[in-house]
Amino acid sequence: MAEPVLSIRDLRKSFGALKATDGVSLDLRPGEIHALIGPNGAGKTTLIHQIAGGITPDSGEVVFLGEDIGALGVAARARRGLGRSFQISSLAPEFSALRNVMLAVQSRQGSSFRFFRPVMKDRSLTEPAMAMLERTGLAARANVPAAELSHGERRQLEIAIALALGPRAFLLDEPMAGMGPEGSRALTAFLDGLRHEAPILLVEHDMDAVFALADRISVLVYGRVIATGTVDEVRGDAEVRRAYLGERP
Amino acid sequence: MSRERAINLLLAGLLLSVPLAALALGELFYITLATRMAILALAAVGLNFALGLGGLVSFGHAAFFGIGGYVAGIFSSHAFNQTPLFSWPFEFFGSDQMPAIWLAAMLISALIALPIGAISLRTAGVYFIMITLAFAQMIYYFAISWPAYGGEDGLSIVVRNGFPGVNTAVPLIFFLVCYVLLLAALALFALVRDSRFGAALQAGRQNETRLAAVGIAPFRIRLAAFTISAAITGLAGALLADLNRFVSPSMLSWQMSGELIVLIILGGTGRLFGPVAGAMLFVLFEFVLGGLTERWQFFLGLILLGVVLFARGGLIGVLAGKARHG
Repeated sequence: MAEPVLSIRDLRKSFGALKATDGVSLDLRPGEIHALIGPNGAGKTTLIHQIAGGITPDSGEVVFLGEDIGALGVAARARRGLGRSFQISSLAPEFSALRNVMLAVQSRQGSSFRFFRPVMKDRSLTEPAMAMLERTGLAARANVPAAELSHGERRQLEIAIALALGPRAFLLDEPMAGMGPEGSRALTAFLDGLRHEAPILLVEHDMDAVFALADRISVLVYGRVIATGTVDEVRGDAEVRRAYLGERP
Repeated sequence: MSRERAINLLLAGLLLSVPLAALALGELFYITLATRMAILALAAVGLNFALGLGGLVSFGHAAFFGIGGYVAGIFSSHAFNQTPLFSWPFEFFGSDQMPAIWLAAMLISALIALPIGAISLRTAGVYFIMITLAFAQMIYYFAISWPAYGGEDGLSIVVRNGFPGVNTAVPLIFFLVCYVLLLAALALFALVRDSRFGAALQAGRQNETRLAAVGIAPFRIRLAAFTISAAITGLAGALLADLNRFVSPSMLSWQMSGELIVLIILGGTGRLFGPVAGAMLFVLFEFVLGGLTERWQFFLGLILLGVVLFARGGLIGVLAGKARHG
């Protein structure tokens, strides 16, 4: 089996008496979509934050591409190749969609300490950014400020930005949140192809999308992974049914 | 030409025409008034890097303004008295030449801004405001208690410092020197705003989380912006000292920091010509209202209240509409 791209080992995080992450271990292998599901408050977003670097775990390791990235900040981890989208869209609201993506292209190219050349005339920034907008179906809205985009378009823009980083792994926190059924279907098809570019750790509540996309599923309940396996394995797991899918034995 | 650009040109032309008209009418005082506008505008252009582009509400920029002023005062007093400012590793007698003073004012402001920024930028919001204020107050009290350079009484510049090839004692010439520096700073502001650095800086103001998530650490970008900002405000301080031929701790006071913020809000935060519009308005109010009543700042307060409540974009915002980002 290929080396996992991202590997989390025995991660723990408490907020007071609340164990938000209670000994979580999981792997993200090349080419897979690994879905992370669980009821509200299970600690999914907290886990994503610890992987991305926004929250420091109390103990445990985050190994990415063979390197322990536990001591790195958010920006450094992103530069190593962790491309992420947020549960609630997090964009530069005054900047156009294009400029939001250009920011990621700029970061990928290296230094932001360039003071004189205007970015809008820099085709090494505008062209790759435009290509990402075209891929995500936002090209026609390139010059609209992010604040004026619709909810669904903002979700697409989040993906376009993550793509523009050329990441080695995606952390997508509920990319379908608040999208209509049509948008969800389109995004599902899009993510399906994306796994070959980089594996995806996908937090999602939309079970249709999860069952359609996931190679493996981990179920998080009260900060613990109670099951990991293929779609069928997880569906058939008695504990998962009891704890999450809401069925009585 | 966009509407904003037309308004900018108009403001630049207006500022230039004041001293020319004053000269034609023989009212030399107005040249000083226009010079004061240009210098305050320059100081605020400096602050606009941090506050306008970066969203860093520094309530301590008077520190850099005053440091620039003291560099001009101290350099020229040593040059005038022929006493060494320091004698190791070489003897240095200060300077009465503006280019040397400007360079020193900018460098020293930047060097002091670096540690202040490095500490202040660990915080955000109200804490950032308070820490920058605290640093500025430390420097203010240091200046007051330093008798070598006049302490509380300040320090006079006997003869205005010179500039190679021109006579800076002529009011119009000194105005033009300040005006050219202001235009240069505005050009730099426009370049930086539209550059990669400017994109990162502005993105950090709009959404810090987003900036970090694309792999750009906000701290270093902000520290660089804060330092550039301090250097330009320091340069303006050196000019003000030369205009007044006097520098005192009041240039370092928190009221001065507040005035610079007020200028930017009046003119339009983050807008290229916001500081110019703001400085022109401010000096005009100071002069016109100040001539009518001792309590002119009360009325300035009312005007500021109006701007904050009804015209968030300041004068430039009212005239040119909302800012557009590419």
